[in-house]
Amino acid sequence: MNNIAAVFKKQIKDTFKNKAILIQFVMFPVLTLIMNEAIQIEEMPKNYFVTMFAAMYIGMAPLTSMAAVIAEEKEKNTLRVLMMSNVRPHEYLLGIGSYIWFVCMLGAMVICLAGNYKLKESIIFMGIMAVGILASILIGAAIGIWSRTEMMATSITVPVMVVFSFLPMLSGFNHTIAKVAKFIYSEQVSRMLNQVNNLQIGLENICIIVGNMLIAAGLFIVAYKKVHCLQCV
Amino acid sequence: MGDMIITKNLSLKLAKHQILDNITFKVQRGEIFGMLGPSGAGKTTLIKILTGQMQQDSGYAELLGRDTKKLTALEHKQIGTMMESFGLYDRLSVYDNLCFYAEIYHVPRNSVDHILKRIHLYENRRTAVSKLSKGMKSRLSLARALMNHAKILFLDEPTSGLDPVTTREIHCILAEQREKGTTIFLTTHNMYEAEYLCDHVALLNKGSIVEYGVPMNICKKYDHLNKLRITLKNGEMTILENSAASALLVKEYLEENRIEAIHSTEPTLENVFIKLTGKELGGYE
Ligand SMILES: Nc1ncnc2c1ncn2[C@@H]1O[C@H](COP(=O)(O)OP(=O)(O)OP(=O)(O)O)[C@@H](O)[C@H]1O
Ligand SMILES: [Mg+2]
Repeated sequence: MNNIAAVFKKQIKDTFKNKAILIQFVMFPVLTLIMNEAIQIEEMPKNYFVTMFAAMYIGMAPLTSMAAVIAEEKEKNTLRVLMMSNVRPHEYLLGIGSYIWFVCMLGAMVICLAGNYKLKESIIFMGIMAVGILASILIGAAIGIWSRTEMMATSITVPVMVVFSFLPMLSGFNHTIAKVAKFIYSEQVSRMLNQVNNLQIGLENICIIVGNMLIAAGLFIVAYKKVHCLQCV
Repeated sequence: MGDMIITKNLSLKLAKHQILDNITFKVQRGEIFGMLGPSGAGKTTLIKILTGQMQQDSGYAELLGRDTKKLTALEHKQIGTMMESFGLYDRLSVYDNLCFYAEIYHVPRNSVDHILKRIHLYENRRTAVSKLSKGMKSRLSLARALMNHAKILFLDEPTSGLDPVTTREIHCILAEQREKGTTIFLTTHNMYEAEYLCDHVALLNKGSIVEYGVPMNICKKYDHLNKLRITLKNGEMTILENSAASALLVKEYLEENRIEAIHSTEPTLENVFIKLTGKELGGYE
């Protein structure tokens, strides 16, 4: 527990000095605030930008930051030193993961406020965000572990992130895309976000989200085994 | 348990290259052990195996009485490491780097101040690591390795590329650690460092140990001439037998106050190394 807290605190200090990561956390919440105020078109569904950016936020921020943080620590050998200082792999991952989850939830809160939801809707909104962010963190962790360098992580995260964050938006325009996108957690989350006032979660929704998380966890385990104990030689 | 490290016929192949070949040695408690070798000899790889970061193909290695393939938290708590790539957090300050480890090692915050003063980085404690010079980073990395009062330190080229003052400073700290009973395993290409600091050295070349022992004894062993070289004040040089037969002549020179310097002809470790491997220590393959 002590080590998890230490990693968490270290990461807070580091983020404030890491513009590349910081911008990931701040960009969409700020964009939502601005767009929501600035652009008001008649026929536009209520909270169009809020739900769209919320879904994109889920697909981008947790995924890229988790992957980047882990890959950078591998590249710069700080992770290796940590592992030799008796920090266990799960302590490290929980420290970084909980930190990113926490910061992203703060961002989600800003987006939620922009949506002017009622209290009950806000709680549902944040609940959905919490699950979506967690799923993205798992995928980010798998990519981070897999990559030897931060560059390598970026080159993997960019396409993955584009798929997860843009599919929900694209599926709004195209039925064929919507049929495929259905099986992606970010699309499921996006659909749920669009019905916070009257949320109906079916078995199918749960299965797809849990299934996505299991696949991410599976990939993570494969990557983890491959680099044995976070120490890629 | 007098032996902190034991290796027996340690071998490792990577990508079809024999990186380490039949390495056998022991490091005793409280000594400074130097692994000397040119670039690419396998020094870093050896440290990685000894600290459990890598595993050998064959042979056996033991650290603090445990097989290095099965090191546990118990051993990790007792070792301090300083690797070539320092493994510091670039964006964090000097102080924050050490505080993070203080928390992990459960050592009080005030010991961070203490150690910063010891390595003369207290004034720079607010500086981000990315803005430090190489020497400062080395010292910081060493400070972190010292923080948990480890029983055994692994230092991978602790002074490579540093100026003489910083090098000396680090030597002082290492000598201090030895006084406290800490065992030190270091790698170096610096011969002076090995001769001056180490109780035992092993000369590593292309993954094999080509010589092992007390630095002075190694030099003596290769002193085939066993003579004295006397430089006189007028610039003349004479070579004399290193025996009683030369005593009269030396006495005479001394009385006439003609001697500038007397040297024994025993080679330096560096010369021994060149002789054994045909290449210079600092050099690259
Ligand atoms: N992952 C790897 N795969 C293949 N070969 C490797 C790997 N790591 C190291 N080597 C090779 O092993 C040899 C020994 O490397 P090592 O880093 O241990 O040398 P060193 O003695 O520490 O050198 P230096 O003084 O330059 O630090 C080198 O020839 C290097 O090319
Ligand atoms: Mg090396």
